[in-house]
Amino acid sequence: MKKLILTTAALALTAGIAAADGHGKTVRMGTEGAYAPWNFVNDAGEIDGFERELGDELCKRASLTCEWVKNDWDSIIPNLVSGNYDTIIAGMSITAERDEVIDFTQAYTPPDPSAYAAMSADVDVEGGVIAAQATTIQAGFIAEKGWTLVEFATPDETVAAVKNGEADAVLADKSFLDTVVGQDGLVMLERMEQIGGGVGMGVRESDQELKAKFDAAIQSMKDDGTLNAMIAKWEVASQW
Amino acid sequence: MFSYCADPSTLDGLTWLSCYLTTGKHMGLYISVVTVLVLLAITAPVALLFGFAGAASARSRIAPLRWLGKGYTAIVRGVPDIAFFLFFVIALDQGFEWMRHKLLCSDWDQPIRQGNDFVVCDAAKLPLSSSPQWVHETYGFFLAVLTFAIVFGAFAANVLFGAMRAVPRAQMETAEAYGMSHRQAFWRIMVPQMWVYALPGLSNLWMVLIKATPLLFLLGVEDIVYWARELGGTKNARFTDYPHGDWRMWYFFALLVFYLAFTKVSEVVLDRIMKRLTHGQATAAGEAQRKAAA
Repeated sequence: MKKLILTTAALALTAGIAAADGHGKTVRMGTEGAYAPWNFVNDAGEIDGFERELGDELCKRASLTCEWVKNDWDSIIPNLVSGNYDTIIAGMSITAERDEVIDFTQAYTPPDPSAYAAMSADVDVEGGVIAAQATTIQAGFIAEKGWTLVEFATPDETVAAVKNGEADAVLADKSFLDTVVGQDGLVMLERMEQIGGGVGMGVRESDQELKAKFDAAIQSMKDDGTLNAMIAKWEVASQW
Repeated sequence: MFSYCADPSTLDGLTWLSCYLTTGKHMGLYISVVTVLVLLAITAPVALLFGFAGAASARSRIAPLRWLGKGYTAIVRGVPDIAFFLFFVIALDQGFEWMRHKLLCSDWDQPIRQGNDFVVCDAAKLPLSSSPQWVHETYGFFLAVLTFAIVFGAFAANVLFGAMRAVPRAQMETAEAYGMSHRQAFWRIMVPQMWVYALPGLSNLWMVLIKATPLLFLLGVEDIVYWARELGGTKNARFTDYPHGDWRMWYFFALLVFYLAFTKVSEVVLDRIMKRLTHGQATAAGEAQRKAAA
């Protein structure tokens, strides 16, 4: 058994030594792939959506080679800081808590209110059961208010919970709920919550160089209006 | 995939279904089935090996080796699987990268731990950030095999440890009386006889292992449960050519059938192995076999 471990370690150590020099660095972009229209997996099995298009354009402008990686939302931050990929581009709102652990580029969508979807328009959100995706700003918001919260690992499950009556309403980004209301009697509530500070790309705190590159690329897209056009195309947020 | 799939909205019935089930996304599901089967096929023997080594060292007469074996089974069995998969794997991965870093980047002057960040030089990255995605996935797969093997190896070690003690003491005494050394008695008398006691416990472990594969997604390996959830979720016509409602029930039903069938096959195979192992053993079942033959 010892030999096995040693051999594995030796293999791991030597693998790729030869190929280690010279190659341009590839920036690995981590996303969830389950949050249309921000990011989702299309019929061909590839990552698609607003952030795919945005990320590809940013990489082009910053002259970087980028590769897309799918990762569970729950472990998306631990895997970034441990270096399994270099950025998080997954509709992640900039918050103070997250900012302590990772760094954010400047926001690429403005702060937008979060909305509720429910089976009827007169649901009492303060007294009811609210569904939200775990470790999102929406889940944090409800927990802070002391209302009844049920958390789910994926956005899709939060909506399913409302449809099957497990929860009275779901709190999420309005652009995501726009894609689900109207189906099976789901309606948007009037009430909105102003939470979050815009959506940005997450990078490691030690990776200031990469952060600066993406900041500049986002700024150039803001300046020439392409970012607004892209936001309008995918209907993800309000305009800058 | 088929030529008539160009515009799925005009199709219906079985033609639509044949297009729907052959999208690139569904191919991901089929590949993940193979991934899971391969993972099981590799993990089971490796875990058994870990278990055997653990049990053998827990019985060792050399104290440090015995502590190692006992410590391994006690600690790993006590840690929840999900914690193990979230933290141990990241630690393992960082350990490999740290070793490579020390080896390859001796001129690096920045600290490896910078706050929360784990930073090694580009050349020490494992796999290299420039290597294609399949290399990353294969690496994740082998991390998964190793982690599964360590976790299930600890349980197997405990099962085998018990099985070794279940072999009647008289058998060992007879071996010693014939002049066999400790090592000879272990390999020739104990090991062949212990499997019959170990198999019920090991078969339980196998069944648990079959169903533990969804933990794979924590390692970035896409398993069948991930795909079932992803494919079954409500699909909006804005983002797909194949819009549908919440079909998770059907996908999970397919998973249920898959797992039940797999369990059934496993049971049949394990029954056969049990029959063969019982042959000629000094147990009640072995005795029954002998009488039936006579």
